[in-house]
Amino acid sequence: MDFDGLIPQLLNLFASAMLILAFAMLSQRRILRLIHLFTLQGLSVVGATLVVAWVTGQHHLYFSAALTLLLKAILIPWLLHKLIDRLNVRWDIETLLNIPTMMLVGIVLVIIAFNLAGPISQLSGSIARGTLGIALACVLLSFMMMITRAKAIPQVIGFLAMENALFFAATAATYGMPMVVELGIALDVLVGILILGVFMFQIREQFDSLDIRHLEKLKED
Amino acid sequence: MNALFVLYASPLLGTLVLALFGHRPVGRNINVGFSLISFAAAAVLTVQIVEHGPLHAFDRQFFIDPLNVFLVALTALVGLTTALFSRPYMRVEEDHGRMTPGRMRLYHSLYQLFVFTMLLALTTNNLGILWVAMEAATLATVLLVSIYRTPASLEAAWKYFILCGVGIAQALFGTILLYLAASRVLGAGIDALLWTQLDQVKTALNPGIMSLAFVFLLLGYGTKVGLVPVHNWLPDAHAEGPTPISAVLSGLLLNVALYAVLRCKVLTDGALQSRFAGDLLVGFGLLSVVTAAFFLFRQKDVKRMFAYSSIEHMGLMTFAFGLGGPVANFAGLLHMTVHSLVKSAIFFAVGHAAQKAGTQIMDDIRGLLRSNPVVGWGLMAGTLAILGMPPFGVFASEFLILTTAMQQLPWATPLLLLALGVAFAAVFSRVHPMVFGNTELKRLPHPPAIVPVFVHLALGLMLGFYIPSYLTAWYEQAAKLIGG
Amino acid sequence: MSWTAWLSQILAIVLALALAPLLMGWINQCRAWLQGRRAPGIGQPYRLLHKLFHKESVIAEAASPFFRAAPYVVFGCMALACGIVPTLSTELPLSPAADAIALVGLFAVARVFISLAAMDSGTAFGSLGARREMFIGFLAEPALLAVFFTASLISQSTALTSIVENLAHKEFAIYPSLAFAGIAFCCVSFAENARVPVDNPATHLELTMIHEALILEYSGRHLALIEWAAALKLFAYSCLGIALFCPWGIAEAEDPLALLVALPALFGKMAAGGAVLALIETLSAKMRIFRVPEFLATAFLLAVIGMLVHFLLGV
Repeated sequence: MDFDGLIPQLLNLFASAMLILAFAMLSQRRILRLIHLFTLQGLSVVGATLVVAWVTGQHHLYFSAALTLLLKAILIPWLLHKLIDRLNVRWDIETLLNIPTMMLVGIVLVIIAFNLAGPISQLSGSIARGTLGIALACVLLSFMMMITRAKAIPQVIGFLAMENALFFAATAATYGMPMVVELGIALDVLVGILILGVFMFQIREQFDSLDIRHLEKLKED
Repeated sequence: MNALFVLYASPLLGTLVLALFGHRPVGRNINVGFSLISFAAAAVLTVQIVEHGPLHAFDRQFFIDPLNVFLVALTALVGLTTALFSRPYMRVEEDHGRMTPGRMRLYHSLYQLFVFTMLLALTTNNLGILWVAMEAATLATVLLVSIYRTPASLEAAWKYFILCGVGIAQALFGTILLYLAASRVLGAGIDALLWTQLDQVKTALNPGIMSLAFVFLLLGYGTKVGLVPVHNWLPDAHAEGPTPISAVLSGLLLNVALYAVLRCKVLTDGALQSRFAGDLLVGFGLLSVVTAAFFLFRQKDVKRMFAYSSIEHMGLMTFAFGLGGPVANFAGLLHMTVHSLVKSAIFFAVGHAAQKAGTQIMDDIRGLLRSNPVVGWGLMAGTLAILGMPPFGVFASEFLILTTAMQQLPWATPLLLLALGVAFAAVFSRVHPMVFGNTELKRLPHPPAIVPVFVHLALGLMLGFYIPSYLTAWYEQAAKLIGG
Repeated sequence: MSWTAWLSQILAIVLALALAPLLMGWINQCRAWLQGRRAPGIGQPYRLLHKLFHKESVIAEAASPFFRAAPYVVFGCMALACGIVPTLSTELPLSPAADAIALVGLFAVARVFISLAAMDSGTAFGSLGARREMFIGFLAEPALLAVFFTASLISQSTALTSIVENLAHKEFAIYPSLAFAGIAFCCVSFAENARVPVDNPATHLELTMIHEALILEYSGRHLALIEWAAALKLFAYSCLGIALFCPWGIAEAEDPLALLVALPALFGKMAAGGAVLALIETLSAKMRIFRVPEFLATAFLLAVIGMLVHFLLGV
């Protein structure tokens, strides 16, 4: 069996898993499952990073994979679970668009992303050519998830999913950013999620709800 | 080198010290003290650069060249004057019960952290670190915007966080693409993100990747510049945060974000050898100027109105840098300086006025000249300056931008003139009754800090009819750096 | 055409006719086990068919001859479908007659006939069932086609036998596009075969039933044929799933002995597939009928993404 040929395919598999999870998150109605999906997405990033590390033999990528595992697959999901327990929010998520529409818009986004990344993927001589397009598609899908959700926590998860996709893009397309930068990004993400947590408590204290639609008073008039 | 070290150490140390003592009355003075040290370091650094030329430090990870040193000096100056302004301002807020000692500690500590991230973003040579610093600046200011914990301020902060978070994520994608392009030329590793290295090989960077990267970088950092259509966070964050924060957001953060865009534009221009990046900037700039000018009319809140004025001016600068060429770049840099100075002065004056009236609604603020003539004249002078009245510096820079536009993009000139006219009518008609007119309000218990207002206005005035020769040389060098 | 080919063709159809009720029985058995019930026995569907064939067929007064003809047409369609799906061998003399797209058409013909027949007697339930059936069909067919397109893109052919040969013989590779298509195919199969997330074959609840509402007016041998056809449809879908996504073990060339390997392989895969189906049915709750479009839209979407991913990644 051609083992070397299989490794890039494994990367493609993880990339596809990212894409499928992005769609699953887009169509998900329950917060708890959303967090599970997010965790799975984190694990896909870890898997992809490990594959790239193994193929290219870059040791700092193992470190980066460990960091991602710790942050994206363990720490942040744990924090999110804590958060929804403390805030007692397990309700169904309300979306601003109905889900089939979102799916259709999503597929248009995927086509756009693939088209944009197509010419570049041809140039990058990396082991996985198509992954950049998938990463871009995931970024756009997470972006859409953020703007179509009415509640605070799904928006945050959308934000984090976008970060995941970016991390994936960095690993798959460029074999990882320099370590200093990656550490900086990880730190920013961590601080960001902590601030968001604080924020959500403040919002709930003020509005008795985490519905973002309360946050539409500041309008132009 | 030593001055650079002090420049980083002072705000960072300030963050820690104020995290411990920021709630005491002495915290206000400590804040001023650390800002003063930063300013002194920046001044020394500026003198060094003027004398000895560009400087690299810490294994080339940090560098100072004519472009960023003037922004470093400006940042440190506005950081200092804002700290001075916030002393009496925050005391009044405490008296009004809007600030508790705990919040004061948070405020002081994060203020220094914010200044640190600004300085870091300006001086780093590494485009990855630049991104990290910009994100950190968002994180530091987001809690400052929501510090009053009112529903409106929470809403503003949430919008700020989400919008800028999304924006900055796009910038990260752009940075990744940039690194992809760079690593094909420079090889993998940290050197491939160093701006000075990239600048040397910019013609070899792949044009396809670079154009996509620039689109993402412009969208990302452009969100923080406040370019239309990704500007929505800006008026809310300016209006709902404490006034000193509005002043530094307008005076510093927007500049630094624009600076990041400029650095990326230089690389993109080199790689593409076309006007692609410039045209994008011109388009976004023009859209921002026109949209913001018309939004100015609909504002009731004074800080919101001046926030829209910031969008307008940032758009004007973006437009100028998009035009390119020595004159337009010179004008853009000059406008950047003068706008920072004048806009923060206006926010200082507005802060006092709003504090005295107990509201930010313009219809309820009247007769500043009677109750506090100095602040009244300050606001009037600042407003005239920002609207581009001669002899203030804004007039000079706007004049230069308009004349360049006439030569290069004749069709854009009427649009710009229209926008500037609309802005003038909108702002002046609102500020006039606020300054003149009658009131029965009493004076505030703590005398306002007048010095920062007039220092800024005096500098803005000076730049209007006399730019010192070393400053001119400096601007010209910087303009050349960004492709003049 | 060699005699082995005709042998395998005849064997495939006979096997499908004989084994389809067994698969049904096996799934019910597994479901009963998983739900902690006592199962009626694996041969229950045979006993049911036997019973129905010996009963008198009652037909509504208003029914036209069309009503009587429909069960035969449906049964014929399903039997033919089982004939062209490669179950044991890829050498099927009938298969050039119809490729993957024609197969979808064949299912559609059956659907149209059963729906028309249900409306023929003029009862409310019949029309309701027909409406729901057509609704689901109109959403499921594009998804099924998209699944086939993905598979045909990989093997450059729409003929089922060459798709299967191609997939079974390529060196092992991971096809993300097929993974997408596989999930989409599962969703479509659930909807088309009236299994639990979409329809519950075990109840006659007027709010939710689809398949049962269609055949409410049938009795005796007509009902038997329709039930048998339903079992055949499930069998055909299972064979399709196996052939597209897990084709190893299917016999190819003119080798009679390969059939001996293919038969136990088929049994094993069917048994495993049936158990998985029962497990999914047990674990999931039936969704409300207005959620079905969403479910099938997702399936369609996944299949389309599968195609896009194929173009992007080249595999």
